[in-house]
Amino acid sequence: MKFLSEYRDPALAQALARRIRETATRQWTLMEVCGGQTHTIVRQGLDELLAGAVEMIHGPGCPVCVTPLEQIDRAVALATRDDVIFTSFGDMLRVPGSDCDLQQVRARGGQVRIVYSPLDALTIAERHPDKQVVFFAVGFETTAPANAMAVWQARMRGIRNFSVLVSHVTVPPAMEAILSAPDNRVQGFLAAGHVCAVMGWTEYEPIAARYRVPIVVTGFEPLDLLEGMLLCVEQLERGTHEVVNQYARAVTREGNAPAMRLIREVFELKDRQWRGIGTIPMSGLGLRPAYAEFDAERRFALEDIVASEPVECRAGAVLTGQLKPHQCPMFGTACTPERPMGAPMVSSEGACAAYYNYGRFRTARAAATAGAGT
Amino acid sequence: MSATLDPVAGAGSGAPAPTIASTGLTCPVPVATHAHVVLGHGSGGKLSARLFAERFWPRFGNPILGQQADAALLEVAAGTLAMSTDTFVVRPLEFPGGNIGDLAVNGTVNDLAMMGAEPRWLTCGFVLEEGLPLEVLDRVLEAMAAAARATGVTIVAGDTKVVERGKGDGIFINTTGIGMRRAGWAPAPDRIRPGDVVIASGPIGRHGTAILAARDDLGLVTTVTSDTAALWPLVDALHGACGDAVRALRDPTRGGVASTTNELAKSSGVGFRLDEASVPVPPDVTAACEMLGLDPMYVANEGVLVAVVAPEAAAAALAALRSHPLGAQAARIGAAIADHPGMVTMRTHVGGTRVVDMLPGDQLPRIC
Repeated sequence: MKFLSEYRDPALAQALARRIRETATRQWTLMEVCGGQTHTIVRQGLDELLAGAVEMIHGPGCPVCVTPLEQIDRAVALATRDDVIFTSFGDMLRVPGSDCDLQQVRARGGQVRIVYSPLDALTIAERHPDKQVVFFAVGFETTAPANAMAVWQARMRGIRNFSVLVSHVTVPPAMEAILSAPDNRVQGFLAAGHVCAVMGWTEYEPIAARYRVPIVVTGFEPLDLLEGMLLCVEQLERGTHEVVNQYARAVTREGNAPAMRLIREVFELKDRQWRGIGTIPMSGLGLRPAYAEFDAERRFALEDIVASEPVECRAGAVLTGQLKPHQCPMFGTACTPERPMGAPMVSSEGACAAYYNYGRFRTARAAATAGAGT
Repeated sequence: MSATLDPVAGAGSGAPAPTIASTGLTCPVPVATHAHVVLGHGSGGKLSARLFAERFWPRFGNPILGQQADAALLEVAAGTLAMSTDTFVVRPLEFPGGNIGDLAVNGTVNDLAMMGAEPRWLTCGFVLEEGLPLEVLDRVLEAMAAAARATGVTIVAGDTKVVERGKGDGIFINTTGIGMRRAGWAPAPDRIRPGDVVIASGPIGRHGTAILAARDDLGLVTTVTSDTAALWPLVDALHGACGDAVRALRDPTRGGVASTTNELAKSSGVGFRLDEASVPVPPDVTAACEMLGLDPMYVANEGVLVAVVAPEAAAAALAALRSHPLGAQAARIGAAIADHPGMVTMRTHVGGTRVVDMLPGDQLPRIC
């Protein structure tokens, strides 16, 4: 397929992997920020090609995974109401809340609909003036412009039966939280290409300078990731720490100005809770007061719904790179994609699910080998 | 108070009850022709008989069905019968490449074929929803008749029920098929041995992608059509060319090639190693799946089979499949191995390895 197969060429991939192995004089620990990148790495077995040269830690950039339990419970409460049509991206439906997930709400008669765009939710609101239509506005800076557009249009077009349950987070504060942790192991970052397509990379320059880490804005195809790793390893070997752009076909330093204007028009920075990590100051987006009427939490008085996460779930340690998914005692036993305890086991972008679905063979083999040696 | 059609409204209020004359209505005459299914079509009365005589019989008619008895009588030679049943619910009822009718015939006869049985007889049970346009029913029946003819199966019994509007999804069809197993051939997973070759008979991922795209709520426009087809001709060709060396057959419907190879691995006790680069995926399926965040390995097929054959028969098997239009793109996609029994792994495009596991549920579209 045009513009796809070019970035999956096996010979080029092998050549890049060889160059990374030749360049690295020691093993470097890198973190890919975005869940889409984790998915490609594990699905294609890229980490296996780089054993000994690069260890990949899978970052917190899966929007499904970091949406706090509390917001899921609020979504469930909304979707259960007779007067509400609840709309969401597909993979939020299986994220477990305290009692149940949105799929179960649907099975019990709740109106839950999968949409591909928040603007589809707006259309549903127009078609059902007798219902309240709520859209679950989750995601990083990537989904923020479209979600902002839906709210902006709702106000412009006077669609009063539309509101959003917001759980937006932003990447740079999470990277800082990881880098400033006392037991941080991350030596270089592959920044999320699609987030940077919206935001550019100026926000990353002070982070690279302050923490002396190279940051490479990286795409999502196998060759993108391998090239991103190479650019990062080259900097680590040289001892430099700059922000460089691997994903030049989509990203500019200044980002997408109209998209950023729209985000700023509708959203403002606020403290946000991250599932498994806790509250990170000014790490998320909330609706500005001018758009407060479209805030589902306000409209339906959801603030009283609070929840705390199961202590056994080590999602936080996984999302910050302290723990590999298969090192969690719950992995593959108490926690599987069929019965997920935490969100990283739910989404196909979640590190735990990616390990379970694509990597279990290797971890099983490693465990068997280790067992034989004792 | 003005006359009203509500018989309760006037009662007890002292006003005279309205009469038919006062409302201007005339005595209703039964409608002779319908454009839609009505509850009476399932009554067992004259409407039911007409539905059968005008729509089912002309398409399905044959001497056994013509017996019109409480059960069909089938004359059977000595041998082993294979029997399978399946129920078909699909939205939309009609989609690029087919409709629920040919799906209902092919789905069941393909299950028989995968057991090495030549499909012979089929029963069909219909649940129709009140209000279904009869022209849709006609197209569905037409497709069923064509599919039955193509695979040589005779429709010998059937039943139709009608449910109230809102209690069904247009049409539900159950089909039960009976086939005669080829003597001396019993393809089954427990016959798979390490070293055997895994073959896909054609391009994968078409049916599931076509259905998703046909649902207008996604607004996705593609050229993908369903692959729904009867697989017996391919099975016949395979058996003719390789005989008993065809160890096992499976049609990768729901859950796709990934789930099917997992089932084969688990019930055979061998491992499978697939090669991503040799799995035939049409470009339009790849494109649609990329957009929707789906993996074609898990997307349903309705006209593809996965065959596991002894290594020495692999070339003959591929040639036999490719000699038929349905199998023109047949490809060797992997092998059975002694390592990791019960598990499927795949060499990826870029040369890495990954596990191909069963999905916990439906594939859900990704956020971004």
